[in-house]
Amino acid sequence: MSTLATPGEKAELMETAAVKGRSLWEDARARLMRNKAAVVSIIVLGTLVVLAILGQLGVWVHDYDTIYREEVWVPPTFENWHLFGTDAQGRDMVARTLVGLGVSLMVGIVATIVSLVIGVTWGATAGFIGGRVDQAMMRFVDILYSLPFIFFVIILMVVFGRNIILIFVAIGAVEWLTMARIVRGQTIALKRMEFVEAAEAAGVSQWMIIQRHIIPNVLGPVVVYVTLMIPVVILAESFLSFLGLGVQEPLTSLGRLISAGAQDMEVAPWTLIVPAVTMMVTLFCLNFIGDGLRDAIDPKDR
Amino acid sequence: MFGFIFRRVLIAIPTILVIIAVAFFMMHAAPGGPFDLERPMPDETRQLLMARYGMDQPVWKQYLDYMVNLFQGDLGPSLKVRDKDVAEIVAEGFPVSATIGICSMILAVICGSFLGSVAALRQNTSGDFAVMTFAMVGISIPPFVMGPILALFFGLYLGWLPTGGLDPRLGMTPDRLILPVVTLALPQIAIIARLMRASMIEVLRSNYIRTARAKGLSPSTVIVRHALRSAILPLVSYLGPASAALISGSLVIEVVFQLPGIGKHFIDAALQRDYTLVMGVVIIYASLIIVLNLIADLLYGVLNPKVKYE
Repeated sequence: MSTLATPGEKAELMETAAVKGRSLWEDARARLMRNKAAVVSIIVLGTLVVLAILGQLGVWVHDYDTIYREEVWVPPTFENWHLFGTDAQGRDMVARTLVGLGVSLMVGIVATIVSLVIGVTWGATAGFIGGRVDQAMMRFVDILYSLPFIFFVIILMVVFGRNIILIFVAIGAVEWLTMARIVRGQTIALKRMEFVEAAEAAGVSQWMIIQRHIIPNVLGPVVVYVTLMIPVVILAESFLSFLGLGVQEPLTSLGRLISAGAQDMEVAPWTLIVPAVTMMVTLFCLNFIGDGLRDAIDPKDR
Repeated sequence: MFGFIFRRVLIAIPTILVIIAVAFFMMHAAPGGPFDLERPMPDETRQLLMARYGMDQPVWKQYLDYMVNLFQGDLGPSLKVRDKDVAEIVAEGFPVSATIGICSMILAVICGSFLGSVAALRQNTSGDFAVMTFAMVGISIPPFVMGPILALFFGLYLGWLPTGGLDPRLGMTPDRLILPVVTLALPQIAIIARLMRASMIEVLRSNYIRTARAKGLSPSTVIVRHALRSAILPLVSYLGPASAALISGSLVIEVVFQLPGIGKHFIDAALQRDYTLVMGVVIIYASLIIVLNLIADLLYGVLNPKVKYE
């Protein structure tokens, strides 16, 4: 990516230097592509995302909320295309798992964006202003850090009903703290870097420094943390769903499917195994990609 | 040091007060109340009940009453569990939750730091790879998946362990504790192992370890006396968040294994809008987490001479 050089400067660089330097991002991509676990995870996760989107569109032969009264707890079979069997009410598990996966991924992404916005704004503000404002803002984060937030999310869900938008906001509002810390730390460290000082000395405007030096350099850790946060959010949502506080029937999420499956595991183990394995694979992939990205972007952490 | 403790306690008090206020007003903003049954009750009974628990008063008055009682150490009566005070219910549930929590914490710290150190010492070998894979599995499998699977396998299939129903009257025998404790500890073992591996690798590269080796100290002395001591520091600062994670994790564990701990009471109470019981549990857990965080911070300062509390 050429965010570090404007077109004019780039042309100049091309003339003076025969060897083109590789940017941070090109380097990172090359390192990521060498990480087998991460590459496999990207492929698997991509497949899962496509399947989940198809599931939401209702492409599968069965709908996720169609009840087949004569086919309760059918084990996985090719008959009637119940590849993963049916649940306690005779609903097709393939369709339900795909819809559940879609909902879980959506919650993961949206809630992460909510927390990204809050966290980056908070952290960047504290880091830039510094001094007492920074102290007060980070002290507030420290205090929130030590609280049992899940209790408040539970109360929130009980009080305001099981609304899917509320789940996004509640989880996002709880998970922004680490993001704020990372962004603040990075901003402060960057402000003191020699290349920022050099840019200041050369008379580059404040806004230009932010755009060309601060943002691209903060982006790395933020991208890594976002990848590692999506699984955390998915877990939080399934935790709520498991307790019966997440999305409402007939809509479903992986947590809700697992919760139902855990109750029927003695008679119909596939209702537990299918969503549980789907969830494990998804979280595995996200964690591997996040770890891979961290190693790729910040190689000294290895 | 005493100044540091004093300031931390000074911050903790308003924090707890804010938590109490937020939880209180959130619960009372809820549509529906504890006396909404499936079968509607006569209006007179309902009003009598409301008056009995002071719920016919305006919300701010109820809050003041609650706070006055709280300062006298009275958490109030439970609205749902007949003839029981919140304090009694919490006192009954606490030993169960505490036993599981403490056992899990000990297990997580011992196993996690051991596995992490082993992985760091054998960096980039198959042993390292095995530990890191295990850690990834531990992080990726949520306890509410692990719990039922372990119960299915060890309880029903192999029949080695009882699947649940930890009854304080039967006594908390070790065989009843194993499954819940292991399930609760697994994700923390995984996180601590990763933390420990990273910090151990960093320490092993440092100059003073090279010096110690160059002096001709035996490898085990270098690791135990020199490396382990500073490698353990990040783990100590993780103990605060770990205790918070164990407490929230225990909510699920108690539901999965049907244990009569505080977490299970909290979920039931929240679903049934048993205001006083919810408040009681929130207050106790919030205070506990704040105290544990303070202890972890102090421990960190005692162990790390670089940290000075002004």
